[in-house]
Amino acid sequence: MTDITATSAGNATASPGRTLAGIFEAAGPLIALILLMLIGSLMSDSFLGAENLSNVFTRSAIIGIIAVGATFVITAGGLDLSVGSLSALVAGVTIMFMNTAAETLGPGWQLVAAGIVFSLIVGAAAGLLNGVMIVKGRVEAFIVTLGAMGIFRSVITWLADGGSISLDFSLRDAARPIYYGQILGIAVPILVLAVIAIVGELVLRRMRFGRHVAAIGSNRHVAFYSAIPVNRVRILTYVIQGLCVAVATVIYVPRLGAATPSTGLMWELEAIAAVIIGGTALSGGFGRIWGTIVGVLILGFISNILNLTGFISPYLNGAFQGAIIIIAVLLQRDRSQG
Amino acid sequence: MTLLTFRDIAKSYGIVPVLKGIDLVVKPGEVLALVGENGAGKSTLMRIAAGLAPPSSGAMLLDGAPVPATLHAAERAGIVMVHQEFCLAPHLTVAENVFLGREITRGLFTDRKAMEMRARDLLAQLGSAAPVRARLRDLPVSDWQMIELAKAFARQPKLILMDEPTAVLSATEAGNLFTRIRAFRDAGGSVIFTSHRLDEVKNIADRVAVLRDGQIVRVENTQDVSEDEMAEAMVGRPLAEIYPPRRGAQGRTVLLGVAGLTSPGAVEEATLDIRVGEVLGISGLVGSGRTELFEALFGLRPAKCRSFHLRGAARKLPTAREAWGLKLAYLTEDRKGKGLLLGKSLDQNVALTKGAINGANWIDRRAERRDLEAAVGRYDIRTGRLDVTAGALSGGNQQKVLIAKTLAVEPDLIVFDEPTRGVDIGAKQQIYEIIATLAAEGKAIVVISSEMQEIVGLSDRVLVMRRGRIAGELSGDAINETDIIRFAMGLEDRAPQEEASH
Repeated sequence: MTDITATSAGNATASPGRTLAGIFEAAGPLIALILLMLIGSLMSDSFLGAENLSNVFTRSAIIGIIAVGATFVITAGGLDLSVGSLSALVAGVTIMFMNTAAETLGPGWQLVAAGIVFSLIVGAAAGLLNGVMIVKGRVEAFIVTLGAMGIFRSVITWLADGGSISLDFSLRDAARPIYYGQILGIAVPILVLAVIAIVGELVLRRMRFGRHVAAIGSNRHVAFYSAIPVNRVRILTYVIQGLCVAVATVIYVPRLGAATPSTGLMWELEAIAAVIIGGTALSGGFGRIWGTIVGVLILGFISNILNLTGFISPYLNGAFQGAIIIIAVLLQRDRSQG
Repeated sequence: MTLLTFRDIAKSYGIVPVLKGIDLVVKPGEVLALVGENGAGKSTLMRIAAGLAPPSSGAMLLDGAPVPATLHAAERAGIVMVHQEFCLAPHLTVAENVFLGREITRGLFTDRKAMEMRARDLLAQLGSAAPVRARLRDLPVSDWQMIELAKAFARQPKLILMDEPTAVLSATEAGNLFTRIRAFRDAGGSVIFTSHRLDEVKNIADRVAVLRDGQIVRVENTQDVSEDEMAEAMVGRPLAEIYPPRRGAQGRTVLLGVAGLTSPGAVEEATLDIRVGEVLGISGLVGSGRTELFEALFGLRPAKCRSFHLRGAARKLPTAREAWGLKLAYLTEDRKGKGLLLGKSLDQNVALTKGAINGANWIDRRAERRDLEAAVGRYDIRTGRLDVTAGALSGGNQQKVLIAKTLAVEPDLIVFDEPTRGVDIGAKQQIYEIIATLAAEGKAIVVISSEMQEIVGLSDRVLVMRRGRIAGELSGDAINETDIIRFAMGLEDRAPQEEASH
């Protein structure tokens, strides 16, 4: 009888890539992105201009970096709803730290470097906290990170006393290049995203750690019985997520120079949406960073096209994004778990 | 006079045929036993009869009329199935479960009192005193089985299908069930049941039908056929031929010794030695703690012990990862749930444990591919292409992949837990050969199995477990089914004879 169930579990026998359906499945998000860009170029002349593209990429970089972390968490079968609130918290406490530290370090690059290190520590610590609660405390990831989402948001609102926490004007020039700067003509946020995405893809697909992440998401019991350090790997995915949020926040802070209680609102949903649109299985077991990046760009370009053309109200942006998420999941519905 | 007729029933899943041309008749007021190896098609035939799965071809007649094709219609027509996996709601009470979907009502509301009274009666007839108001999740599995049975009898069926009803029952409980079945039969009801325990079949069935590879190979009145004859009909050849020759039981060095191993709720005070070059068989009823004993030993469940020796040196019990590092391997009985990543490729599966223990940080895909090719050759894994997922293979080939994955770490001690469950006879024999070869190479082997012939056929030494304790030990020519059953049933309590085995 086992022989029978085997076949039902194995309908998707071939690894993707051989058949036409396989190719579509593998490259689906990419095809969707190309279609979207074709539509955009038909509807607006300025769409394919370097300025517009750079603008979309730069704005997408922040969600993109967070979504790289989310790809790790989701591939391992987890979920992190707290990323938006965490970035508000990291932004707030980092600005407070920099305003204070400016007295000793001065308004130069040392201060910026210290700020970056500080935010990375806060992000990693928050991720570690989430991970330990979920893994050691054996509480559902949804519950822990939903709680953390409320806590982080509430703490930053309290710290800002309901208003905003602003970076001192004297420090803004030093931090400015992180968002507005260019290297070899490419905006810094885009470069940072590219580096993080490439490293992420290599780690997830080519390294032992990534293999373990996918194995745990695929079947945690099998992973445990296969000598994989399940707890350590699961906790680390949340730490990676925290670090990614910190990096994204470091890029975000110079853009507005302030953190408010509404900073990062709904970012968790955008990041998760990007991961899913990119073809990572929401139930875990299979993830791909390049897909996530394509997912982020799809979301970015939808909003961009609506803004450029005025043909459809930009207020309907959310409706388009929502529809695309549902379609993406419908398309991957029949796929086996990995 | 026939109640149910199977006429040329066939069933395939995809291209895999599971049942081929089944012709079988069930009379009113008879108990028919279906026996056969795992994978022979017993459960599939039961599912077809119960309306859970349509046959690919052929016809079924109940009282001369075609059998309804859905579960509900079959139930209305008087066919009820008792499932092997429990189909009960853990959060409802016993009475609510017994009448699930058939609630007794008074006006708009369910009549709780009437249901509780009736449920108490039905359970009492089965010799069970399970509290009818208790929620199911608070009760032990044996109660669940009784409730499942009470639920079936509550439907007042003509025919009850029971898939391994005694697997989780104690001897007394099984006796009570048999009394109930006899009463049901004498009242004109019919029962088809499956069991791995041929002594039970002898005891309760009027007729026995033997299934092998999806075909009925023998139907006899139970009194005309011995247990051995049934077993040989099941495997299709004399029993002696499928097992490798036994190795002599000369003095062997102890690889691993543990004393007073206890895992709360599962294993109590187990003391045993595992020796180099021998096959140690572990027998006992389902739930007797066989699997748990080795999970406790290898850090897969919480446990403590008085002493633990490995290769002559004392140490503490290893954690799961340490055990692998110490070259102690546990090959799970739960191939799909704990053994293989069904959605992942074969090479990833084979490389998983080896990579987790001492793999490099960067994955070498070419090396993994080479390892897979070597494993396919060595263990005769039959797959059309190498780039399929593990879930696409048949049970026997999945088991060989799991063996390849486990042996990739080159362990010194391998615990095979139900190594041939759901595996066809050809693959079974190959797995026996792999086990015998490993023992000949000087590995220490443990085989946990529910199949008595497997234990008797493979083992140099046998430990029998009962209720979390080691209830007896048999060695060499003294290994026989009768004594194993006596130990397993608690008919003969003897302390493990550590030294008497040579």
